[in-house]
Amino acid sequence: MKERLTELYNKEQAAIRGNSSPLINRLRQHAFTRFLEKGFPGTDLESWRFTDLTPLLETDFEINLRNRFSNIDTEKLFTCDVYDLDTFSITILNGWFVHKFAPLSKLSNGTIIGSLAKAMEVYPELLDQYIGRAANTDNYEMAALNTAFLQDGLFIYVPEGVKVEKPIQLINIVDSPNPVFLQPRHVLIAGRGSGITLVHCDHSLTHNVSFTNTVMEVFAEEDSSVEHYKIQNKGRNSALLTTTFVKQERNSSVKSNIITLNGGFTRNTIDVSLTDRGCVSDHYGLYLVDSNQHVDNQINIDHASAGSKSNQLYKGILDDQAKAVFSGKVLVRRHSQQTEAHQNNKNILLTDDAKVNTQPHLEIYADDVKCSHGATVGQLDPEAMFYMRSRGLCERSARQLMMIAFASEVVKKITIEALRKRIHNMVEKRLKGELSICDQCVLHCNSKEPTTFNIDLSKL
Amino acid sequence: MLSIRNLSVSIEGKPIIKRLNLEVKEGEVHAIMGPNGSGKSTLASVIAGRDRFDVDEGEVEYMGQNLLEMPAETRAREGIFLGFQYPVEIPGVSIANFMRTAINEKRKYLGLNPLSGAEFIKLMEEKKKVVDIQSKLTNRSVNEGFSGGEKKKNEIFQLALLEPRLAILDETDSGLDIDALKVVAKGVNKLKRKDNATVVITHYQRLLDYIIPDFVHVLYDGRIIKSGGKELAQELEEKGYDWVKKALASNQEVK
Repeated sequence: MKERLTELYNKEQAAIRGNSSPLINRLRQHAFTRFLEKGFPGTDLESWRFTDLTPLLETDFEINLRNRFSNIDTEKLFTCDVYDLDTFSITILNGWFVHKFAPLSKLSNGTIIGSLAKAMEVYPELLDQYIGRAANTDNYEMAALNTAFLQDGLFIYVPEGVKVEKPIQLINIVDSPNPVFLQPRHVLIAGRGSGITLVHCDHSLTHNVSFTNTVMEVFAEEDSSVEHYKIQNKGRNSALLTTTFVKQERNSSVKSNIITLNGGFTRNTIDVSLTDRGCVSDHYGLYLVDSNQHVDNQINIDHASAGSKSNQLYKGILDDQAKAVFSGKVLVRRHSQQTEAHQNNKNILLTDDAKVNTQPHLEIYADDVKCSHGATVGQLDPEAMFYMRSRGLCERSARQLMMIAFASEVVKKITIEALRKRIHNMVEKRLKGELSICDQCVLHCNSKEPTTFNIDLSKL
Repeated sequence: MLSIRNLSVSIEGKPIIKRLNLEVKEGEVHAIMGPNGSGKSTLASVIAGRDRFDVDEGEVEYMGQNLLEMPAETRAREGIFLGFQYPVEIPGVSIANFMRTAINEKRKYLGLNPLSGAEFIKLMEEKKKVVDIQSKLTNRSVNEGFSGGEKKKNEIFQLALLEPRLAILDETDSGLDIDALKVVAKGVNKLKRKDNATVVITHYQRLLDYIIPDFVHVLYDGRIIKSGGKELAQELEEKGYDWVKKALASNQEVK
């Protein structure tokens, strides 16, 4: 795969570069050199010890460096049925921005939303001020690869003081008869004192093999507020890697919430840099996995300045032979006094074959800090079980109530009510074995046999 | 209603209840008193269906059925209620959701239609008055972060909602101040009917000033060694458990 990508990179320079600025092309070259040196990350690296990409890269993937989609009726492609959720909706199909009207819109309040490829053409100066400044291609091999090939994705710019009322919904769809290798790149810039909510949905419309390596850069400038929700409901043959780089400035607030309902292979990395005081950075996650699904969440938070707060809460329920990895790293630098950092990972395993590797790391060099971490792997409390049965609940209902309660600690953190209700409902359905990956799309499923996953609560 | 005959129970081979007999009829209030470690809570747990105990011999008949063969949830649906000495915290599960599920599963078992949301809320409002419970409490997670008094009130609130035929209250008075005790006792008395029965398990006579028992039994070393009327509780309070213990040592049957 590395050889193919190298060959492609050298041969297709013109197509890859497209309209990118000289600065972006320099970033590209730098990142590509890094990738050549390091290659795909292997399990010899500490952060990849429990997640092996090798088998996923054996497929002969199709890589499209030219956008073949234009003027697609996105509503026909996919309709989100989160009732009452009024969003500004954007679709990315197989890594390319697809649109019905215009590739890039400028709202009356100055907010720019649309295709990154188009933004590189129309707003090169604006992009040059940001792109690559949050992403770290030296330490993250997959981000280096993404940067080398960056072409299209979502671009959002919220000007100073603008609160974008409607959440922006990004629907990321993979729909291809052949195995595809995709590398969308997203950039979100929240200017001073601005506010924005992004709901990011990852779906596959088929059960075909795909590999998505996404990078997103989030710039939260002074006093801005960014909420980022990710709903991952993918087919069993899909591999989804997301790396989100967050750069927070003074008094900014960033909140992320990743709900992984299904997916063959999922790895989410969030890398946060708190560059000034007064930052609040909250990161929540919930993963419900079964069969041979693998989900890996890596959070790195760098308290590079004093007086900021970060919080991580990730919870998971695993059935069958599912595997989960959690690594939460908090670095509190010597001068970063009055830091508050909390981290917690809780798991419930339903079988002996399900496995969790959880690693909290706190690296603290300052002395006036408030930090905590915790990780649990366990089963449901038998005392609570008896208590509920003694009130007349059958074992199944008791388990379900407790499971839903376990999951809802994360779901409750969703502040958009319609989305919270819908996610709560999806989690309930997922735990009752009633959610298939096709549940959210009007097409239902292109595949003849819809996938039904089932977390079997009776195994508890 | 409830006949316990010759019941022996052990845990990990250690005998706890030894050939115990007890008869509870409709409309009666029984108090079981005894020192710590006498087997009071074990007896309550066995009736409610906790499965960590081994029943070595004897039988328990409830409403003409073999109680020991029923799983815990069936016992509850058949009208048995255990007020826990240490109510369990269930994070994330609201009392309202918990109780609605419990009531509707019981109704389903009895062949009744489930209560609608509105009907349930109405029922809940009505029963809140029984124990003076604050409105907010029912939206909170079951027992999570509750004070001792709130936990016990919550038990009585659940009792009121489930309207059992046989309520067993295991040390419901422990950890309560006198005001909370009065509220709890008042709740129990309000729920008393001709066709239901209550078994109050307690260490102290104090609760029995407010819940007047028809019968008092002294449980000691896994056996009921003395039974009497409500005056027995008073006597125990004055003379202490040593009185029965000494009497027992000199004569197997306390006169």
